[in-house]
Amino acid sequence: MAEAPRTQDSTVKDPTTKDSSRKPPSAKRSRAKRQPRLILWRLLVFCVALTPLAYWATQVALGNGGPEPGRYLLLNIGQATLWMLFATLSLTPLTKLTRWKGFALIRRQLGLWTLAYAVAHLLCYVLFILGLDLSRLGSEIVRRPYIIVGMLALLGLVVMGVTSNQRSMRKLGKRWKTLHKLVYAVLALGLLHFFWVVRADMEQWSLYAATGAFLMLLRLPPVARRLPSIRQRAGRQRQRAA
Amino acid sequence: MLIKITKPSDLGERDVTPESVYLSRRRFMGGLAGIGAGLALGGRAQAAAPDYADVPAGDPPDWLAPKLAEAEPRVVAPTDPELDKLTPFDDASNYNNFYEFGTGKSDPARRADRLETQPWSVVIDGEVDNGGRFALEDIVTPSRVEERIYRLRCVEAWSMVIPWLGISLKDVIERAKPTSKAKYVRFETLVRPEQMPGQDSSFALIDWPYVEGLRLDEAMHPLAILAVGMYGRELPNQNGAPFRLVVPWKYGFKSIKSIVRISLVEQPPVNSWQAIAPNEYGFYANVNPNVDHPRWSQATERRLPNSLFSPNIIDTRMFNGYEDEVGSLYAGMDLGKQY
Repeated sequence: MAEAPRTQDSTVKDPTTKDSSRKPPSAKRSRAKRQPRLILWRLLVFCVALTPLAYWATQVALGNGGPEPGRYLLLNIGQATLWMLFATLSLTPLTKLTRWKGFALIRRQLGLWTLAYAVAHLLCYVLFILGLDLSRLGSEIVRRPYIIVGMLALLGLVVMGVTSNQRSMRKLGKRWKTLHKLVYAVLALGLLHFFWVVRADMEQWSLYAATGAFLMLLRLPPVARRLPSIRQRAGRQRQRAA
Repeated sequence: MLIKITKPSDLGERDVTPESVYLSRRRFMGGLAGIGAGLALGGRAQAAAPDYADVPAGDPPDWLAPKLAEAEPRVVAPTDPELDKLTPFDDASNYNNFYEFGTGKSDPARRADRLETQPWSVVIDGEVDNGGRFALEDIVTPSRVEERIYRLRCVEAWSMVIPWLGISLKDVIERAKPTSKAKYVRFETLVRPEQMPGQDSSFALIDWPYVEGLRLDEAMHPLAILAVGMYGRELPNQNGAPFRLVVPWKYGFKSIKSIVRISLVEQPPVNSWQAIAPNEYGFYANVNPNVDHPRWSQATERRLPNSLFSPNIIDTRMFNGYEDEVGSLYAGMDLGKQY
């Protein structure tokens, strides 16, 4: 969701990866190609991404969500939205660093998880804080800057979510990549939304902001260029040690 | 310039027992009459006890235990006990805003047990004739401990109903003998970072100590109390032990916890939240459904405990439902500006 699948192609071409396409052609090959690649890895990511939501839902069901379980879900899921966003944004640097195609393969999934958590966060707000009073949702959106910012971030996620399929990628061509740079705006809006919620102690927010800033730093061209060489240097050191 | 000098004889109207107090007493006595007026005293003590059967027993200091046991039950109680049901002790003592112990709602309950509350002393100073440092025992024992069941409305738009045990703030102020210059009361919370980890955070925006304030006539109002207990026992640390303010017609953050200093002052004190965000939190912080917090509406509140599909949203009442008692304090004021 974050960027074009360009990096994915380059990994495939890399001679060091154990990709099935590098194996000698065989009768099985065409069938294997049609099957989704690294299905277990993607399933694992799916389960890990679902875990926080399942955990908090279980806590509430067990009565461990405190006297205000709706707010408990709202705040936890809101933070988890940022975790998912960070995970999504870490994939490009990780791919550069490791050249493992598995990271590129889960980009869309994690992007969609970010959207799912954001939608769940909004649902918690509407259901548990506003008590499904939709007229109040309207007036709150207009009046509260932090709600506006949160809704804008969600809107960005929705735009990227609906254009995350193959057809949209083909249709949009080069513009797809530009469009999905929206993710950086979503990161900034999400952090701003969170900033407005915390008031008396900035410790937690600072950790989130630092994580976001670090992920952006890895995208600065001079830094991004050096990522593959870090891997190469590590490889040379391993060779020397052997 | 007109200088308003408050004399003790000026109190007049504020000294009148609020209607709800009077009514609840009368209803209570009426209820007892059915059982038999002769049992009144013994019956009253027993009437309060069963409510708190599930509340874990506390460990009050020797001087406090008899004061709590002798407390007059239900001196103020909700007029509609169905609407204002007591919040379970477990919720009231595990869902707290007490940033000295962290900003999470469960942080205070998790971390406050390391706070040492005995011995405890309170400095009373400023514009008073009878100031000094007093042992908490000496402040509390001369007064009668009363049970007051108050609604607690947090500025974050949730609320609870809590049975406090406390003494009249007015008593304490009168004993200090305020001078004619005393116009406001300033309260200060303990600063002890080694026991209050939130004060140790380098990211905290609150400039410790936490400070709150009341206008003198607000402080002298009979509904304002200094609590030493709740649910029939002493205060748990996370609820502001051993000595906290409760002003039920104001947002919860006004009811400052773990008080170590009470100063009578001439100028309005700048309370901690006002210092951080003056556009969001004012000096008065009266519960007011018509004045929104910039980030959310104050027209309604979530009465806790609630559940996912029953958020228990109720209308917030002017002055938290204590308008009849305290409304006159604010006559002629623009509450939209002086929020």
